[in-house]
Amino acid sequence: MSAGSLVVAAILVIPALGAAVLALLPDDRIGGRLNAVASFLTLACALVLLVERPAPGPFLIVDDLNVVFIVLSTLVGFTTSVFSASYIAHELEAGHLTPAYLRFYHAMYQVLMFGMNLALLSNNVGLMWVAVELATLTTVLMVGIYRTPAALEAAWKYFLLGSVGIALALFGTILVYLAARSVVGEGLDAMAWSVLVQHAAQFDPALLNLSFVFLLLGYGTKVGLVPLHAWLPDAHAEGPTPISAVLSGLLLNVALFAVLRFKSIMSANPAALAPGPLMVTLGLASVVFASLMLYRRQDIKRLFAYSSIEHMGIVTFAFGMGGTLANFAGLLHMTLHSLTKSAIFFCVGHIAQVKGTQRMADIRGLTASHPVLGWSLALGVVAIAGLPPMGLFMTEFLIVTSTFAREPALAVILGLALLVALGALFLRLNGLAFGDPDGRSDPAKASFLPVALHLVLVLVAGIWLPPALVSWFQHVATLLN
Amino acid sequence: MTGQLAFDVAHLFAGGLVLVSFMLLYQDRMTGLINTFALHALVVSLSVAWQAAIQDAPHLYITAAIALVVKAVVIPLALHRIVVRLGIHRTIEPVVGIGLTMLAGIGLVALSIMVMLPITAQAGTLAREDLAFALSVILLGLLMMIARRNAVSQVIGFMSIENGLILAATGAKGMPLVVEISVAFSILVALIVIGIFLFRIRERFETVDIHLLHEHRGEQP
Repeated sequence: MSAGSLVVAAILVIPALGAAVLALLPDDRIGGRLNAVASFLTLACALVLLVERPAPGPFLIVDDLNVVFIVLSTLVGFTTSVFSASYIAHELEAGHLTPAYLRFYHAMYQVLMFGMNLALLSNNVGLMWVAVELATLTTVLMVGIYRTPAALEAAWKYFLLGSVGIALALFGTILVYLAARSVVGEGLDAMAWSVLVQHAAQFDPALLNLSFVFLLLGYGTKVGLVPLHAWLPDAHAEGPTPISAVLSGLLLNVALFAVLRFKSIMSANPAALAPGPLMVTLGLASVVFASLMLYRRQDIKRLFAYSSIEHMGIVTFAFGMGGTLANFAGLLHMTLHSLTKSAIFFCVGHIAQVKGTQRMADIRGLTASHPVLGWSLALGVVAIAGLPPMGLFMTEFLIVTSTFAREPALAVILGLALLVALGALFLRLNGLAFGDPDGRSDPAKASFLPVALHLVLVLVAGIWLPPALVSWFQHVATLLN
Repeated sequence: MTGQLAFDVAHLFAGGLVLVSFMLLYQDRMTGLINTFALHALVVSLSVAWQAAIQDAPHLYITAAIALVVKAVVIPLALHRIVVRLGIHRTIEPVVGIGLTMLAGIGLVALSIMVMLPITAQAGTLAREDLAFALSVILLGLLMMIARRNAVSQVIGFMSIENGLILAATGAKGMPLVVEISVAFSILVALIVIGIFLFRIRERFETVDIHLLHEHRGEQP
């Protein structure tokens, strides 16, 4: 067994073992720390993949595309687990959760990490489907963990829409297998992604077209694309905040990654439908819809959930436009959005705890009452709204300008929608962060390390990107073409 | 056994599944709905067993056995117990009238046949019809989830979608074992849903009528 395959195995085994240990461990105080340790070990293994990778097998594969996703996923997974340790201890003190539920929560967190890592690493399209389903189910259970009526409704809605999406995706997967079978032959090869891409040119285009429609709708539900987004704001608002951070930062990416895998199969077949226009339409619809919806939000977590729909729309739009520049910008935008949005949710989680509410009308003057928290939130909102000097400004700029060169009309719509979203976010930020503080105000007992780490990374990305990273992302962007 | 007979019987089961999906749509009592779902699962397990025989793929017998034991026996029994314990065995409240639902169902079947048959011309006759029927079952399951507001009906609608997916997966000859893993997985889904959600909903609301949940939306405009 080579070092590379050992590392890949470790990325899957550590979360699985972690889940088992955390489920059996009776002491709730160690739980949070152990969760962070397991996540850190997974991150360390993922970093090794940058230099050492195994040859693709029938089930697992490490290539230039998924390494980016895996490192991002394990990094945010680790920082979220650090945040979660302080957040969840507070929930226990406040009596929102019992120790038994806490054990369940920590075990589920690792199961979720396992599901996402498996989905990213899988070479087999069927295995990828199973992993995405596992990750979905875990988050359904976690969204409902507070057992309030609103949390149950959110979980139920998420379950229904998510399972319908996943059923459509499986049907699409079966169709892909059928298309491949007549060329590659029966058996595992006809589901291995690496084999599919090589032979995609000879597949029956009609079958591929139909399968892509199902796959885009199926996995698109999980990405939160309009009009399949209805589960997303509820699930973000009612679940524990670390889960909102993981949902926005990671799970949406995993689903998008699945769409990208199938998009490259489609692109490899000249006779098949071009996947671009479909993705551009869904992406643009999501951006426009979400940016308008931002105005009427009253709940702080819902506000940022709609912002996630907007940003996933931007990324889908960029990948739909295609071309090296748009792909590059899309990939970078996705990475930076994950970092920024999870940092914002870390802040929001602490804010909701110190103020005892998620209603934005009851939260005011955070920069005066909790300076660190308030200014971190302000910085996060500046980043997510796409203002310089943060990294998301650069990526949005790249996406809009590269679109301008090819489809000016679309670029105008996208640019306007981005401005509308910016207006909404600043309107809200003004109320939240400035003015006279009032209402309940507990001291913040928070670890600001995860927030600071994410925001610094986003800031640095906006000012200076390491040349190695740029050439890596450019290489991946060409691969996606 | 001639090829034609094998084909006809496979057709019979797949067509039968679509028929039972229609029967699910017009049930107006909870017990009737659960029994019809048991029949749905029975037909799907027969269909899978037949595919196992004609494709010479013994591993599909496992899928058939799982469908038979879990979906046709264990889950219906559990649902009966839940329904009796919660006292909701009386009528099912439809969102859309039964006649309209049936008409929409017929439209969906026509749609799936029109979509699938021309496209799958190269996929082989057996897979071709199976896929058209499977898509019909999936769409009818979706329709059921939309047209019924009761949580138990929605879970049954979801499980009938799973049955349609099994039909499609077994019709695609030689699809690797991953599908069986996923099928076992979806049964787990059904169990989780029944076990956790129904009881949680019951604890809080004294009802499993999803409609009432909407009053608790986290945000009023």
